[in-house]
Amino acid sequence: MESPAKKPNTRGILDWFDPRGRQVGGWGFILNRLTAIGLTVYLYLHLVMLGKLAQGPEAYDSFIAFAKQPLIMFGEMLVIIGGLYHGLNGVRIALNSFGVAVPAQKQLLYGVLGLTLVGSLIFGLRMLAAH
Amino acid sequence: MSEEKWTVNFVVYRKKGDGEPHYQTFTLEVSPDEYVIDGVERIWAFHDRSLVFAHACHHSTCGACGMRVNGVEKLTCITRIRDVTKNGGTLRIEPLRNFPVISDLVVDMSRLYVGMDKVHAPAVHPLSLAPLEGEGIKPPRDVPMDGGKEYLRLADCIECGLCISACPVAGTAEEYLGPAVLAAAQLQGLKRAPDLAEVVDCVDGVWRCHSAYECTAVCPSNVDPGWRIMDLRRQVLAQRIKRWFGGA
Repeated sequence: MESPAKKPNTRGILDWFDPRGRQVGGWGFILNRLTAIGLTVYLYLHLVMLGKLAQGPEAYDSFIAFAKQPLIMFGEMLVIIGGLYHGLNGVRIALNSFGVAVPAQKQLLYGVLGLTLVGSLIFGLRMLAAH
Repeated sequence: MSEEKWTVNFVVYRKKGDGEPHYQTFTLEVSPDEYVIDGVERIWAFHDRSLVFAHACHHSTCGACGMRVNGVEKLTCITRIRDVTKNGGTLRIEPLRNFPVISDLVVDMSRLYVGMDKVHAPAVHPLSLAPLEGEGIKPPRDVPMDGGKEYLRLADCIECGLCISACPVAGTAEEYLGPAVLAAAQLQGLKRAPDLAEVVDCVDGVWRCHSAYECTAVCPSNVDPGWRIMDLRRQVLAQRIKRWFGGA
């Protein structure tokens, strides 16, 4: 008799981001992973930017001028949205992990999304007002 | 059952041995009130006797007929065709994820059974140990009530594997115990079974869960594994805190 295959039927990390058939909690998971990756990439970019400080005032000033472009500002907006969502969802998961409000995890996620939206709007308006 | 007839395309996952997987379409005339497993059986009976699938009880007791229907884990014996497609529509039938495929729609569920052994949850209980009429079932303090009349079906995990298939983490962490196994550990409780602590309080135990709650969404037996994993975490944390203050 042929021995059964041992490799699990999975597409690995691609399945993390597959939205098909996901419920509310699954969407929360997908967003959490996406924002985690985004924030990690941003951290490296941020460190590179900070490195400009060591290259003298001219390099720093030219970088600041570059950072005021609309595309970079849009990127900053994404960082705020991602940071807010990831942080607030972390609080939700921590509460659940202490056995708090587990049956209300969907409602908590809606709350996280709502607070992320409000926080992002406030930041976006302040950012536009400052430029 | 109504006399209504629907034409439905069953797009079925096929894989034999080391061959490449592919999909085969079978167009059937079905009653919309039949169940998905009825369609799969009809394909086997009248179209292709080489189709491999598992089933037994036809009433959601054995847990053998778990498959993915249009991308969602379902126990096909209780999934009415009417609820998952429409007349002229498609049903994509695939094996469960996160288990090795043996052939077509049948997967090797060893991962689940090995995990159940690790948490001392034998597949078959001797009759003398069966929790009859509530005896032996001690739900945690804050277990949700079902209309105030009866406890949710605490012991009703039918080991169908749908929760492991739906879990996005189980696909990238082969050693993860998984929702059904952790639910079985929670059911026993760390107070009654303190030796389970070292099995579940580890990176591939309760801490591997990333709170997607897909397990709870697909569970056909109201076990609510997502809630049980979180409750088990609470038990683990309580035990750790107790140890910090010199408790046993």
